[in-house]
Amino acid sequence: MNPGGFNGESDAYRRDDARAAMMKRFSGMVSHVLHAVRALPGSASAVIVILLALLPMAVWSAEAVPTDQDPVRENRAMHLSEQLRCLVCQNQSIAESNAELAVDLRRQIREQIRDGRSDAEIVDFMVQRYGDFVLYRPPLKATTILLWTGPALLLLIGATILVRNVRARRRRPEEAALTEEEHRQAELILKG
Amino acid sequence: MLRFLLPLCVFLVLVAFLAVGLTLNPREVPSPLINKPVPAFTLAQLHKPDMVFSQKDMQGQVWLLNVWASWCVSCREEHPLLVELAKSGVVPLVGLNYKDKADEGKAWLKRLGDPYLLSVTDTDGRVGIDFGVYGVPETFVIDRQGIIRYKQIGAITPQTLERKILPLVRELQRNSAPAAPNS
Repeated sequence: MNPGGFNGESDAYRRDDARAAMMKRFSGMVSHVLHAVRALPGSASAVIVILLALLPMAVWSAEAVPTDQDPVRENRAMHLSEQLRCLVCQNQSIAESNAELAVDLRRQIREQIRDGRSDAEIVDFMVQRYGDFVLYRPPLKATTILLWTGPALLLLIGATILVRNVRARRRRPEEAALTEEEHRQAELILKG
Repeated sequence: MLRFLLPLCVFLVLVAFLAVGLTLNPREVPSPLINKPVPAFTLAQLHKPDMVFSQKDMQGQVWLLNVWASWCVSCREEHPLLVELAKSGVVPLVGLNYKDKADEGKAWLKRLGDPYLLSVTDTDGRVGIDFGVYGVPETFVIDRQGIIRYKQIGAITPQTLERKILPLVRELQRNSAPAAPNS
C-alpha cells in the first residue's frame, strides 16, 4: 500500500463515510430553507420545495470506479481490455462488460501492468487460462481459417456462378420466329 | 437432372451441419487446461481458516475439484449428486468456494450437506481465474500426477456422471498407484 497513494477500495469506503456525514448537514440546511419557502405563493413554493428536497440526493451520485493513477497505464489497460472477450457475456469485450468476471479480469490486467508485464505477456496469460476464445478478434490459425476466409470464398463462388450463367444465357442462340407455313400448321394442330 | 440434384445436395449438407449444430452448446468455452498440470494454489480452508490447503496435498490421488458458491442457483441442483458421490467414496471431492462469504458458504453446506473432503475459500476469485473459471459450478477431474483430465462446465447431471466422469475416474484410478508419500 503506498502512503499518499491511491488505494482503490479502502479509499472508496472512506469517501462513503464522508458522504453520509455531509448528507446529514445538508438535510439540516434544507429544513431551514423550507421554512422560508413556505411563505411564497402556492405552486411556486411547491416546486421549489420539491427541488430543494431532492437536492441532498446529489450526494449519492456514484463516481467512476477508481482507476490507475497513471493515464498512460490506464490507456494500456483499456486498450488490452478491449482486445479481450468477456466470457460471461461473450459478445462484449471486458472493457464494455459489467459482469463480475470482467471486473476481476480488468483488475488482473491493471495489476499485471503495474508489475511491468508486456502486452503480449498479459494476453498470453489470459489465453493460457481461457483459450483462444478470450481473444475478441479470433486469431488466424488452421482452425479459424475458414472463419476468416469463408465470406470472401462464398462471394467468389457466387460471383463465378453468376458470371457463368450470364455468359451461357448470352451464348444461347435466339429462337427463330416461325415461318408462315409453320404458323398455319401450328394453328391446325391446336384447333384439331 | 444435375441442375436439380446439385442444390438438393448442397441443401442436405447444410441440413447435416445445422443438425449437428443443434446438439452443441454455443456458450461452452472448451478449457485449454485439459492435460495440463493443475494450477498451483494455496488457500485457507473454509471450516478451518487458519489452516491452508494446496493442490500438492492431493498428489497421488485421483480427485475432483468442484467450484461452488452459496449464491449459485445451479450448484443447488448438482449438490445432491455430489453428496451421493461422496457417500459412495469412489473419489474425494475438494470444494473451491468461489467469490463467496465464508459464513454464507458454511451455512449453505450445513443446510444442504457437505460432500467435500474440505473446501477452500477463493474470496476474490484469483485462483478461479487461474483455473479458467467463468461460471459456477464447474468441476475438474484431476489424476494422480496432478494433471487436469476433464472439465465439467455447468452442473453435473446424472447422465454426465454416469457416462463421462465416473468412467474417467475409474480409468485414472486403475493407473499407477501413488508413488511418493504426501509431503
